[in-house]
Amino acid sequence: MDWINALVQGMLLGGLYALFAAGLSLIFGVMRLVNIAHGDLIILAAYLGLSTTVLLGLHPFLALLIVMPLMAGIGYVLQRGILNQTLGPDILPPLLVTFGLSVIIQNALLETYTADPRKLPGGVIETASVDVGGITMGVLPLLTFAIAIAVIAGLQFIFYRTSLGRGFRAVSDNQDIAQLMGLNKAHVFGVAMALALAVVAVAGILLGMRTSFDPAIGGGRLIFGFEAVIIGGLGNLWGTLAGGIILGVAQTLGAKIDPGFQLLAGHIAFLVVLAVRPNGLFPRVEH
Amino acid sequence: MSALLSVSGLQKSFGAVVVADATSFDVRSGEAVGILGPNGAGKTSLFNLITGTLPADAGKIEFNGHDVTKSSAAARCKMGIARSFQVPQPFGGMTVFENALVGATQGAGLSGADAENHALAVLDETGLLAKANARAEALTLLDRKRLELTRALAAKPKLLLLDEIAGGLTEAECRSLIDTIKAIHARGTTIIWIEHVVHALLAVVEKLIVVDFGKKIAEGAPKEIMESAQVKEIYLGVDPDV
Repeated sequence: MDWINALVQGMLLGGLYALFAAGLSLIFGVMRLVNIAHGDLIILAAYLGLSTTVLLGLHPFLALLIVMPLMAGIGYVLQRGILNQTLGPDILPPLLVTFGLSVIIQNALLETYTADPRKLPGGVIETASVDVGGITMGVLPLLTFAIAIAVIAGLQFIFYRTSLGRGFRAVSDNQDIAQLMGLNKAHVFGVAMALALAVVAVAGILLGMRTSFDPAIGGGRLIFGFEAVIIGGLGNLWGTLAGGIILGVAQTLGAKIDPGFQLLAGHIAFLVVLAVRPNGLFPRVEH
Repeated sequence: MSALLSVSGLQKSFGAVVVADATSFDVRSGEAVGILGPNGAGKTSLFNLITGTLPADAGKIEFNGHDVTKSSAAARCKMGIARSFQVPQPFGGMTVFENALVGATQGAGLSGADAENHALAVLDETGLLAKANARAEALTLLDRKRLELTRALAAKPKLLLLDEIAGGLTEAECRSLIDTIKAIHARGTTIIWIEHVVHALLAVVEKLIVVDFGKKIAEGAPKEIMESAQVKEIYLGVDPDV
């Protein structure tokens, strides 16, 4: 029963990892940009959530109404102001610039909020739980998992059922032709980053309610996001959800063996997938 | 009638290779113009300059009364310039219908059911309706050429640029394509057509422009141009003095 419990808890944790990964997957899919600052942006969103809850006395979920548009705005400006200039045939500039951005965000957070671990006050929802067939599940992890599914389904809908998504796919397919068909590449990329950072806002707030955070933990979240994307297969959003779940399950099962094995078990699962299926478990069938 | 497209003193070179050398010409609204010239004469580069894929070194391009010389490719498309490519370049990962929808929503600025109906109407006209749900990368060459035309038409262009769209087609395929292009022209769409299949060109166009080494060397009624010494020299290798 303990093992089944660990499995279930791991799946729920995977929902959070899928949220870390969804934004990464989206922007890589649209513009082939690997965003090293992604983890730090998640932590930035958590801190923005903290400021909102402290200043306005809002519940973190309500803070999302402010943090999501704020992060989306930051994403659009960041993309059009800086990142678009780094995109080109050479893959190095975006890596270097987003790495620099990561350092800047970390230090700005350190200056503003100090290095003390903080946490978003979730209230009763943090400790509430439901009992299903002898397995106790926290309401917050369950909610996180449901939100992850909703976010992935929403992104999937935007990608394949809307004019905006067709724009994303057209630009991703052939940038030059897309421009000739009336798509402004710079704007399309800006909107993609805005969307990715809106998802990052959700991830940051849920992370902040689940555990304590400090300015230095962004790098670790980036790794979890990357691993979930790679395990699931590049460019496949549902695969990313599966990748997050596999990573979460590996971590909780590893922790069950020995609490010190938690992170290691996740990394080992990632390496095994990479060795056996270098393109991930569910690579996109297109292309 | 006023000029829809007015190109004056257009200049473009890649190092020593000149692809447009003081090129000037006007295309009237509703006109169909053919462009002839040997390979490497700068015909496709001329299209790239008109659509905005290539920035001009000097000169001016006016479209519908606006100076578009510095406008982006996306802006020119929205103003009504669309083209097809000699080597088809569909959005391979998308369906034929979605390819057309991109033109209808982004280029023509339609949305919702209007965009879908327009895309379907264009697919019907170009004969691709039966393959609307096929993935673009799975199409045959002929269908890919049709898709090039479809996508350009979906953007509701005032000016349609066709780049060797008849090349590589069988005689029957070519005839049906000519009929389609004639119908598009009859609706009032202005056309500039680069083509080596001369009889196809002559079936549609009212004016011919001949270019070589980036220079416009002749312009006029198709019959006169085809009988001119310069064209015979370029196409048949006939020495005009003989």
